[in-house]
Amino acid sequence: MSDSVETAAAAASTPAVPTGQSGTVVRSTVIRRLFRNPLGLVAMTILLAISLLAILAPVLAPFDQNYANIAKTLAAPDSVNILGTDSAGRDVWSRLLFGAQLTLLSALLCAGVAIAIGLPAGLIAGYYAGKFEAVSNWVVSILMSLPGLIVLLTIRAAFGPSVWMSMIAFGILISPSYFRLTRTAVQSVRNELYVDAARVSGLSDLSIIARHIFSVVRAPIIIQTAAIAGVAIAIQSGLEFLGLGDPTKATWGVMLSEGFKNVYLTPTLLFWPALAMALTIGGLVLLGNAIRDALEDGEKIKHRKQAATSVKGPLAGPTPARLPARPSRKSVAAVDLGTEHHLVKVTNLGVGYPQADGSIKKVVDDVSFHVDRGEFLGIVGESGSGKSQTAFSILGLLPENARVVGGSIQFDGNYTVAPGEERVSQERLSKLRGKRISYIPQEPMSNLDPAFTIGYQLVTPMVRVLGISKAEARQRALKLLADVGIVSPDRTFNAYPHEVSGGMAQRVLIAGAISCEPDLVIADEPTTALDVTVQADVLDLLRELQRRLNIGVILVTHNFGVVADLCDRVAVMQNGRLVEEGPVRDILRNPQEPYTQRLLASMLEGKEPMSMLVSPRPKEPVA
Amino acid sequence: MIRFIAKRLGSGLVVLFVVSALTFFLLYISSGSIARNILGDQATAEQVALKEQELGLDQPLLTRYLAWVADALSGNLGASWFTSEPVANSLASRIPVTMTMVFTAMILIAICAALIGVLAAVKRGWVDRVVQVGAIIGDSIPGFVIGVILVTILAIQLGLFPATSTISPEAGADAWVYSMSLPVIALLINGVTGGAQQIRSAVIKQLERDYVRTLRSRGIGEREILFKHVLRSAAPAGLTVLSLQLIGMLGGVVIIEQIFALPGMGPLAVAATGQSDLPVVMGVVMYTVVVVIVVNLLVDILNGWLNPKVRVS
Repeated sequence: MSDSVETAAAAASTPAVPTGQSGTVVRSTVIRRLFRNPLGLVAMTILLAISLLAILAPVLAPFDQNYANIAKTLAAPDSVNILGTDSAGRDVWSRLLFGAQLTLLSALLCAGVAIAIGLPAGLIAGYYAGKFEAVSNWVVSILMSLPGLIVLLTIRAAFGPSVWMSMIAFGILISPSYFRLTRTAVQSVRNELYVDAARVSGLSDLSIIARHIFSVVRAPIIIQTAAIAGVAIAIQSGLEFLGLGDPTKATWGVMLSEGFKNVYLTPTLLFWPALAMALTIGGLVLLGNAIRDALEDGEKIKHRKQAATSVKGPLAGPTPARLPARPSRKSVAAVDLGTEHHLVKVTNLGVGYPQADGSIKKVVDDVSFHVDRGEFLGIVGESGSGKSQTAFSILGLLPENARVVGGSIQFDGNYTVAPGEERVSQERLSKLRGKRISYIPQEPMSNLDPAFTIGYQLVTPMVRVLGISKAEARQRALKLLADVGIVSPDRTFNAYPHEVSGGMAQRVLIAGAISCEPDLVIADEPTTALDVTVQADVLDLLRELQRRLNIGVILVTHNFGVVADLCDRVAVMQNGRLVEEGPVRDILRNPQEPYTQRLLASMLEGKEPMSMLVSPRPKEPVA
Repeated sequence: MIRFIAKRLGSGLVVLFVVSALTFFLLYISSGSIARNILGDQATAEQVALKEQELGLDQPLLTRYLAWVADALSGNLGASWFTSEPVANSLASRIPVTMTMVFTAMILIAICAALIGVLAAVKRGWVDRVVQVGAIIGDSIPGFVIGVILVTILAIQLGLFPATSTISPEAGADAWVYSMSLPVIALLINGVTGGAQQIRSAVIKQLERDYVRTLRSRGIGEREILFKHVLRSAAPAGLTVLSLQLIGMLGGVVIIEQIFALPGMGPLAVAATGQSDLPVVMGVVMYTVVVVIVVNLLVDILNGWLNPKVRVS
């Protein structure tokens, strides 16, 4: 079994790399991780031992499973019957061994039947969809609504006591779990580029399924099989415990039933089959968990590698070697100096994530800047440059596992992260968030709770933060909606998030951000998820609101065009560090750092960078 | 909403119909020796033929099924071949016992699993680890084995509870609760461990959603975010978990009732299965499917109420 685990686990962890050396590397690490996981090792040892005992049962067992010594019933363990005898004088140890054989075989049969039905059905439904999928979904919903034991009782009533019959039936009944797993996996890769490429290059559907898609579902199937084998053992034993099993066969369920009948005389008869079952099922459960953990760790490492490479993407070019030298300390230092009062002052901030090996991976390193009231600061950089992490540290909304590894943040003169603190102080920030600092997220739809109306989500923060009445908050919310350019505020107010468009939702979120009259708004890529035509409107709206309310804005973006349009000052980040910082016009006209130059050059594609930006751009009113 | 319920109800009836047909054909397709089984080896061929005629086994399968449906629609599920007791009567006298246990256990599971699962998701730390380990242990030991262990240790060895629970409700509420507590505990342990783990995952998944961060940024307190937003969004997943557990429990309770000698559906189903008393088996399957359909319908309605998107579509 461990062989198939290896290949499948490897395949699933490298769905995008069907062949080649990288696959081998990942496979060995998944397997190594599996063996290094103590629980995984324990599980494999237990299962291997039980399998060996089962296979060698005819050799190891001193008696036949049904050999009964009527003169010696319910005997205590001795040198002949090392675990004693049952009520018919049969040797418990021998029956336990033969029971292992039958129990494991029946579990395998059940899983085999379930895979034989669920896997192809899932592949077809996932790959071709259409009517077949609709019909199979319906069948699945029926199969899933039948309690296993009741079905097995019916099968037993119809066909008599047969382990094989009931396990085939249970295999059919439980096949939806494979079906759904396979279908979901296939649907997720069906439209991947490499599958398209295979299709274009003339591979038949069958070989695409075999080569690309099958490799994706193998590992989940192994995990599922571990779980299903356990369930099969449990339910089969349950049936036998009821006395509905085949009395001529020694299985753990039959032994449990027999033991329970004699529970007043020799309760130990119960102990051995119960232990055997718990060990086997427990081993399967642990093995499934261990494989899943090994795969998930592999995924994490892969993502990290990808993120790392993307940071050194095309723009970074061939000069990453000089990065740690912190090139533009001068310009940063100019901001850093002195103790002048700023709305937000970030000083030498470092943010990191603890890794499995105990080290801390820094995503923000030695970043300093400030923002004043009425000022529009852009933080620009590629994905992975640490710009969002910087923004979230100011908001105090870093993920749970993030650590502040250096520096401080002040808001309006007070520390929200004091020097030497590991975490953002939630106590201090919870008084500021919503009231004085607010946030405009990137993806409008996922940032509204789908279960509440837009009105509710606008009104509640105002009631909580400003302490005004609901009716008053409602009036304000309607006015805000009108302010952000929503044509019929009443309708939007009563709508659920899924009933409005993305652009509309983003306007709602902007309205929410300014609803409590904050001093600082942090906007994290506020237009990235919107249509191009809507983007301009939303940006104009932001600028207009910022001027009118005289608030400070930190705009996080990867788009220099947006920065040029809106910002007063800009901070350029790369690989977690601040590369360059200064007034927008200076930086656009005369970028000091090669990275900024490359970033600008790539945006403006060889045009004379400043030609269209020197002249002040007239601001149109919001549409 | 009414259309939504009507649609769900309709599809439930279709399922009931399909399952009844499948079960009927499955049960009776191999029923060649039924009359022989009932009469025993001593019976003559004529007696067997007469019995087959009496039971209607000489008719074609389809005719028999249609007759069964017609009877069933008027509330007549046939009579046991061995005791001649009408199936509907035996079901009616046993369903209350079983359903009391199942629903008591389910309510307790819902409360305990939700509390523990949410606590583990929010607090993490040691609570979380206990939940994880508990889930593995619960997954490793089948529910009926837990029942057997409980009876052996708590009832037989320590004598804390009665080992059998054949006490009628007339014996007084105290005695009844006391005698029912062990079977209910046996029934709910796996449900709590598994349910807590899955509710934990559902809550963690919601806590990581973008809108939670945005709510925090708006100055909404952690407690309000958890109870008003996160739990509401995690509820459909939790409900699905609980409904699947209830379906599983309809099987599990059969064994538990057998262990504790409770006069519920379990012993009836087991005896009928062992004797191939097909009308009774058929009745048991029908009762089970109806319970499942009703529960699924309730879950759908609750989900529709919780999630405006479902309600609209």
